[in-house]
Amino acid sequence: MSMSKTAAIFAALLLGSSAALAADMPKFGKPISESDAAAWDISIGPDGVGLPAGSGTPAQGSMVYAAKCAACHGPKGEGGAGPRLVGGAGTLAAPAVPVQTVGSYWPYATTVFDYVRRTMPWNQPKTLTNDEVYAVTAYILNMNGIVKDGEAMNKDTLAKVRMPNRDGFTELYPNKF
Amino acid sequence: MSRRSVTQQDLPKVAANGLIDRRVLLRNSALLAGAAGAGFTGIVRAAAEPLAVDDWSMKIGTGVQPYSTPSRYEAKVIRTLANPTNPGNNQARTPHHLLDGIITPNGVHFVVARTGAPDIDPAKHRLLIHGMVRQPLVFSLEDLMRYPMESHIRFVECGGNSAPMWSKEPIQADVQALHGLLSCSEWTGVRLSTLLDEAGVDPRAKWIVAEGADAATMNRSIPLAKAMDDAMLVFYQNGERIMPINGYPLRLFVPGYEGNMNVKWLRRLKLVDAPIMAINESRQYTLLLENGSAWRFYYPMEVKSFITRPSPTMQMKGPGFYEISGIAWSGQGRIAKVEVSADGGKSWGMAAMQNPVLPKALTRFRMAWQWDGRPVVLQSRATDEAGNVQPTRQKLIAERGAPRTTPPVTGFPMGHVNAISSWGIDAKGAVSHVYV
Repeated sequence: MSMSKTAAIFAALLLGSSAALAADMPKFGKPISESDAAAWDISIGPDGVGLPAGSGTPAQGSMVYAAKCAACHGPKGEGGAGPRLVGGAGTLAAPAVPVQTVGSYWPYATTVFDYVRRTMPWNQPKTLTNDEVYAVTAYILNMNGIVKDGEAMNKDTLAKVRMPNRDGFTELYPNKF
Repeated sequence: MSRRSVTQQDLPKVAANGLIDRRVLLRNSALLAGAAGAGFTGIVRAAAEPLAVDDWSMKIGTGVQPYSTPSRYEAKVIRTLANPTNPGNNQARTPHHLLDGIITPNGVHFVVARTGAPDIDPAKHRLLIHGMVRQPLVFSLEDLMRYPMESHIRFVECGGNSAPMWSKEPIQADVQALHGLLSCSEWTGVRLSTLLDEAGVDPRAKWIVAEGADAATMNRSIPLAKAMDDAMLVFYQNGERIMPINGYPLRLFVPGYEGNMNVKWLRRLKLVDAPIMAINESRQYTLLLENGSAWRFYYPMEVKSFITRPSPTMQMKGPGFYEISGIAWSGQGRIAKVEVSADGGKSWGMAAMQNPVLPKALTRFRMAWQWDGRPVVLQSRATDEAGNVQPTRQKLIAERGAPRTTPPVTGFPMGHVNAISSWGIDAKGAVSHVYV
């Protein structure tokens, strides 16, 4: 490091500025465009931002569910090796033993799509098409009485689904800390 | 030096039922000369057997191995595994009752892993930083490891650690089962803020979605303020590369925050303006309260402690001197003090804290104790430097409502359970888990 550079850094430190130091930090990141990163960008916001094209109905979803989901979650979403997905309404407050399912507890329908797409089926994650994920999501919501028979889920309709327990949460960050 | 049998009255008491002034252990006081010189035990013991030369002193031992493993006599110092045959929800708990000091050996670091450990080739692994940044960037591991590194000793604790304490009846199990989703290591890596500065964070960004490369592709929303404060990307755990099940080759580290936010196998960081409401922040890692509403975004692990020795399932060896030992920690800074009670919380004595006492790290505490053989209830109570005091069980219940079930010991009826633990010792010396 040259004397003048060192002097500049010390001057910056004395002035309480990190600008000179930041300029001197190494940069090893390689630029990439968002389009080239698209295969990894599977984030979906609770407002539906990030939901892909595609569509599926509860009836279509029932077929996918029977083939890919029922073995762990039960034929009707009653649970088994995997968690229960259906029911539990009215069990959240004491003294009931809480049954926290997609229908009774999950605040956002977008999370169902997101989790199924990134993690399910358990032994074959990321193998469902977007149409299949929409259909299974529609079926799980339908079994919980949240989506009607024949109602297709897509990036517009799914984002508009209002879950029963949407307002059941208090966010402790950042107010508590 | 003259030796004499010592009675309980000889030792400087600080609380009921035989707790002894910590200065005896700190060895910086005239108390030591009197107490230690007096012999401490207070009981007359039978003379030792004559010594014989052991077999292992008379032959060449085992040759050195490229990588050491513990003595075969320590075969019990292992993790307990929940659902070992179902990688859908592997849990492995640290045997704190068999460890001492503050560092958790890598082989017994706790684990919660939903889809097992991915077999990641470090030469092919990439980290993407994108979203609300001036320039999206991709880093190879080699790139990341060229930045200036730093090391910090920090704990990791699952948000669901100590959940078995949230039961109608005290669950009889050892501290490994009750409090084992907790470990402490020296973590080495680079500051996350360095990389975020390089990408150029949009001032409107408030959160970072961190995502792993595992089959679950686990993701969590991290407050940007935390990311810019003390978050790190870590490569090393206690001097060696992170174990595969703990996140090899790259883990996000957010000191003091619940374990699940320290995303393992990190592949992506996306800057966003609002939390993503991933399953692990909208369904899991929420705390259901008595009235049916729930807390979420409950990040720092609260001040907590427990006694590791003596602890449930252990058997006392009769009346006399014991060292009570345990660990204390807080996600909000250093431990300021640890107090110990031998009468179920009616009277408290200050424990000795062993150096180093580090922020967001386990702190080892010790207390000298002369047990008279009568039933007692041992407790520890930690206070952190922010002034947070470990609450009683009753206080936690008053805030959240009483436990509704007696769950299996591997169940998760509640998160962030940091209440004082009570270990009962009966007249026969059996140690059990009790509520007071």
